[in-house]
Amino acid sequence: MSKKTNFLSLGLVRGVFAMLVGMPLGMGLVTLIRLAVGLPAWNAEPAWVVGGLVGAVAFMIGVGSLSDWFKLAAGGELPEHPAGAVNGWARYFNFTLDHKVIGVQYGVLSLLMFSIAGLFALIFRTELVQTGLQYLNADEFNTLISLHGIVMIMAILLGVAAMSNYLTPLMIGANDMAFPRLNSFAFWINVPSGIFLLSSLFLGGFDTGWTGYPPLSVRAPLGIQMFFLGVYLFGLSSILGALNIIVTVVRLRAPGMTFFRMPIFVWSAFATALISATATQLIALSFQMVMFQRLFGMGFFDPARGGNVLLFQHLFWFYSHPAVYVFVLTGLGTISELLPVFVRKPLFGYRWVAVSSLGIALIGFFVWAHHMFTSGMSEFLRVPFMYSTLLVAVPTGVKFFSWVATMWRGKMSFETPMLFVLGAISIFLVGGLSGPPNAVVATDLHLHDTYFIVGHFHATMFGGFVFPFMAAVYFWFPKVTGRMFNERLGKLHFWLMFPAFFVQSFGQMFIGLFGMRRRIADYDPALGFEQPNWLITIAGMVIALSVLIFFINLVYSTKRGPVAVANPWRSRSPEWLLPSPIPEHNYPQPLEIVGEPYDYGLVGSVFVRIPSTAVIEEPVK
Amino acid sequence: MTSNTVSESYAHRLATNRLGLWLFLLSDAFMFGGLFITRVYLWGDTRPELNQTLGLIVTSMLLISSFFMNRAETAMAHGDRKGFLRGTLVTIVLGIAFLAGVIGVEWQIAPFGVSEDAYGAVFFMMTGMHAFHVLTGVIFLLIVWNNARRGRYSVEKHWAVEAAAVYWHFVDVVWIFFYPALYLIGKVG
Ligand SMILES: [Cu+2]
Repeated sequence: MSKKTNFLSLGLVRGVFAMLVGMPLGMGLVTLIRLAVGLPAWNAEPAWVVGGLVGAVAFMIGVGSLSDWFKLAAGGELPEHPAGAVNGWARYFNFTLDHKVIGVQYGVLSLLMFSIAGLFALIFRTELVQTGLQYLNADEFNTLISLHGIVMIMAILLGVAAMSNYLTPLMIGANDMAFPRLNSFAFWINVPSGIFLLSSLFLGGFDTGWTGYPPLSVRAPLGIQMFFLGVYLFGLSSILGALNIIVTVVRLRAPGMTFFRMPIFVWSAFATALISATATQLIALSFQMVMFQRLFGMGFFDPARGGNVLLFQHLFWFYSHPAVYVFVLTGLGTISELLPVFVRKPLFGYRWVAVSSLGIALIGFFVWAHHMFTSGMSEFLRVPFMYSTLLVAVPTGVKFFSWVATMWRGKMSFETPMLFVLGAISIFLVGGLSGPPNAVVATDLHLHDTYFIVGHFHATMFGGFVFPFMAAVYFWFPKVTGRMFNERLGKLHFWLMFPAFFVQSFGQMFIGLFGMRRRIADYDPALGFEQPNWLITIAGMVIALSVLIFFINLVYSTKRGPVAVANPWRSRSPEWLLPSPIPEHNYPQPLEIVGEPYDYGLVGSVFVRIPSTAVIEEPVK
Repeated sequence: MTSNTVSESYAHRLATNRLGLWLFLLSDAFMFGGLFITRVYLWGDTRPELNQTLGLIVTSMLLISSFFMNRAETAMAHGDRKGFLRGTLVTIVLGIAFLAGVIGVEWQIAPFGVSEDAYGAVFFMMTGMHAFHVLTGVIFLLIVWNNARRGRYSVEKHWAVEAAAVYWHFVDVVWIFFYPALYLIGKVG
């Protein structure tokens, strides 16, 4: 193979070109149809929506994601395990079947979207330092908070997929996901999705917040259609990815890997996938109904025509509450996975922790209306939803007590991943404890739509996902790249981000309690919130700085970091039996499961082995 | 290539595919469930004035098509390619007739417009989403029919046929819920 890589040989580039051709084609199609039925030729909304859909399909064709399926439909045969056609860095920009490459693709796109959404936050947070409007107008402010929310959600879903794609097959001893082509499709559809979300900035923005409630969303500028389209596509990705995870876990476990011998991360990926595969349909439906109300004038949410706006909120929150558990279960699973490694003790109550993930997922389906206590829905619904919501604390408490008991008298060491695990636990405690006041009707009536919710939510997201995700990136960095990150920069990242986060979150809760409303561009100077807002913004900037250090560390260490030893954390998980980076078809022979996954510190105990190769055995102290 | 022989066998692959398909249908069922709830939420115990004869005709056509689909699949499993092609063709024709009945006739004669009121919104949304699924089912069946004609499937290996048939039955079952929800339940409002 020649060293020079042709620019056009990259799937991503071909996809974008195809999209640039597809979008005008779709717009032309709409215009022709409108002319044919005697409507005025140009109407921006249907043109952009159909143009976007055709553009997305064109992108998928361009990137090569549909070729195999077209071949199959035309009666061709597909090889079960084709070797990768492209090698080296170009793999990451192409359609590929290797779940590890797809995992990294998800991870990089996730970090990119994180940065963009974080940047939006810095822009509108700076505006809030002073009362009055300095450099944003109200529409720009609203668009930025809306995009901050939805792009962050997309980034987190991508991060969830990054971890579950890379780790699940490795941890159960499989050589790939059950449906590798579907897996790649589910990744690439996120690229047009991201483009649409961001394009809303240039199409008038949208002023609804990420929740897109009607009637506001019915009246919002054109940008909201691109927002709907973007959510629709990454929702599709979520559903297909989740389906793949469930089938992989059920069907591809190595012989002897019973459900109760799976690493705990796999349990959480499984529980997460059950939510994503089902509930996501409802947010898609709710957005689609608003989309159609705008396009065809359907009256779903127009009370004058027998519609009802509360219907939207029910459908929307049926997904959007459990969505939080999609993020958080993945993060909490990571904590339970990594904690025993750095404590050198078995995970306390493995079975209970495993089942608690399913418990949280299940209860999560019955709590959605706690977002609607002030919405005007029937009052008799309030108390049942209050109790169902409080019930979530039980399985979550199981996880907390397991962590505490695991750490009890353990031999802790404090490398960067462990710092992030401990940071995650303490932040999630704050997020968890600030939850019940929102679940209890009496207090929620005061807290609803205030900055207290913002503080609570950011604490659950940072503790439940961001910190565990960072821990995971550091922990598996040597596995993915074969090199070690810089420990000093890693610690610096942690010690900047951790305190800054507390300042930010407590600051938000504090002003919220005293009456600062969320999602407003300006506030009354008499409230005296300038100083806390100033502090929150500075804290946000410190977090941004720490993330910059994180990126520098990752990029530098990928190229120049020292070569990592085989198993730097002395983990018992099977992926550490393989060389780093892992060869294309993971395990040369089927794994043998001979023991329990978390018997850290039990002399001579072994979890897995590959026949005729080394084992990871717990040493004598 | 790999030595994971268990997961390489066709039977194992087939069971994996089946689980994937059923999960997809489960996911889709949540969307249809959402539409059903929308109907209950906005219409309550009322329903619009619709052409009952037409409703009964299209419903019977879809139910009968499922019977022929089943016959076709059974024929394939017994190596009867002719029987399969015939059964599938009847299914496809009935499917298209259903679409013509719903979109070509019912949509035109409905006593309300799409943007008139909640009756219009829910009726067109439910029948539209279902019709879209019938259409994809017809396309799927056409692909399978064409490949079977060219001898691409065997008694042992015909997963695509099975998938198309299961999908077709699923879309049919959805209509078994939608038909009473739209045509039968509640007082004419
Ligand atoms: Cu909630």
